[in-house]
Amino acid sequence: MGGRKKTLLGMAALMLLTAPLAAQSWAAEGPGTVELGSLANHYSAVTFDHAMHTGVAASCAECHHHTTGLAPIDPNCARCHKAGDKANRVACKSCHSDKRFSAEDLAKIEGNPLLHHKGKLGLKGAYHQKCLGCHTAMGGPTGCQDCHTRNDKGDAFFHSGKYTPAPKASAEHGGGH
Amino acid sequence: MKKLNRRSFLKGGLAGGAAIAAVGASKQAVAGTHNFGGYPDSMGVLVDLTKCVGCRTCEAACNKEQDLPEPDKAFDDPSVFEERREGGLPRRTTEKAYTVVQKYDVPGREHPLFRKVQCNHCNEPACLTSCFVNAYKKTPEGAVIYDKTVCVGCRTCMVACPFYIPAYSYSSAINPVVKKCIMCYDTRLKFGRPPACVEACPQEVMTFGKRKDLLKLAHQRISDKPDAYVDHVYGENEVGGTAWMYLSDVPFDKIGYDTHLGTQPIISYVKEFLGMVPMVLTIWPALFTGFHLLSNRKDALKNDDNKS
Repeated sequence: MGGRKKTLLGMAALMLLTAPLAAQSWAAEGPGTVELGSLANHYSAVTFDHAMHTGVAASCAECHHHTTGLAPIDPNCARCHKAGDKANRVACKSCHSDKRFSAEDLAKIEGNPLLHHKGKLGLKGAYHQKCLGCHTAMGGPTGCQDCHTRNDKGDAFFHSGKYTPAPKASAEHGGGH
Repeated sequence: MKKLNRRSFLKGGLAGGAAIAAVGASKQAVAGTHNFGGYPDSMGVLVDLTKCVGCRTCEAACNKEQDLPEPDKAFDDPSVFEERREGGLPRRTTEKAYTVVQKYDVPGREHPLFRKVQCNHCNEPACLTSCFVNAYKKTPEGAVIYDKTVCVGCRTCMVACPFYIPAYSYSSAINPVVKKCIMCYDTRLKFGRPPACVEACPQEVMTFGKRKDLLKLAHQRISDKPDAYVDHVYGENEVGGTAWMYLSDVPFDKIGYDTHLGTQPIISYVKEFLGMVPMVLTIWPALFTGFHLLSNRKDALKNDDNKS
């Protein structure tokens, strides 16, 4: 028992070291808040209240699949990871690539014929499908800016905010035959 | 010499016609078994419509990447989903937007379904077949690109496209040309990078990879979650296969997809006819001029006889 606790503590320390953005206050089951900012471009980083979400989720496996050592929710995952398969690192970005569809990413998938998780989502897709999927089902906030505010670069990208096009007298519907 | 009357002429014509039809039929059978099927290592995109939330980030990314003109409305303005063009149809691709997201309210579905529309990059494109200046090209990477400097603006490709994709720069008075998605070939695809829309999508609705791998992935997704999808990968076989393929939880004919296109590339329908064109243009004029001269010669001789 004591050994297991030690490993858990060791794991926690490792995660603290390896994830400089991961936060400071730790509840019994992982971090209190996590700053999700590695992809921030058009939007600000997300301050994710991990502690709050552990209270909402029925199991860590809801988000962490099999990596926390608990039985996975998805029966397709359970075909191999029936009792859960503990991973050394459980942060989303430890498994979900932030360079999805890059040449390296595609080569890695193609170079390993035994790889089962060929369609594994990239980090951005994993965040949004998981967060938005659950928020939609449970009635949580689903607007883009409910989780991350858009910055000026984002406004320009979307032609929104101060970059909104001036309204035209008549709407064009060109492009037909 | 046997006199050629109307009956024997018709008989001969029938026999000849039957012979031509037989040759045509056998050729068609050969054409049916021989399909190009696309370049072996061409890339594609698998679009999972069940994941799209209609944020239109793909549209904004396309606008930026392709350096398109300012849109009429902001890319986060949901009112575009309600816009209708003639015939009550939702927005389509235009010279200013190579991709558009459409919204479908499907009865019985909890949330609206969003559908991204852009060029499907056919394995054997009808636009390419129809273009008489050879402006179009299907690249080994999978993109259907075109050379706007040779486009004469005839718009035949717009009529030929089974998906109504190519748009026209009606706004240009001097040099209107066809405009469409090129799968970001110039700036991304030829360097092995995914199209801008794919990379920008927050939901990873689109998966970029080799077309043959995407097909396996698509069927695996269906078999892993048979209740979440209809058992059809749109674009796997339609018009000979397309680089962009779709998964949906709603039957495709309910969300604006044409499910009656058949599995033959559009070129199969016109191959026989197009093969005949050079013959008609070269042999027929000579042949019929000859007939004309022959029949006139008889009259001319008769006239000469009468005169003498």
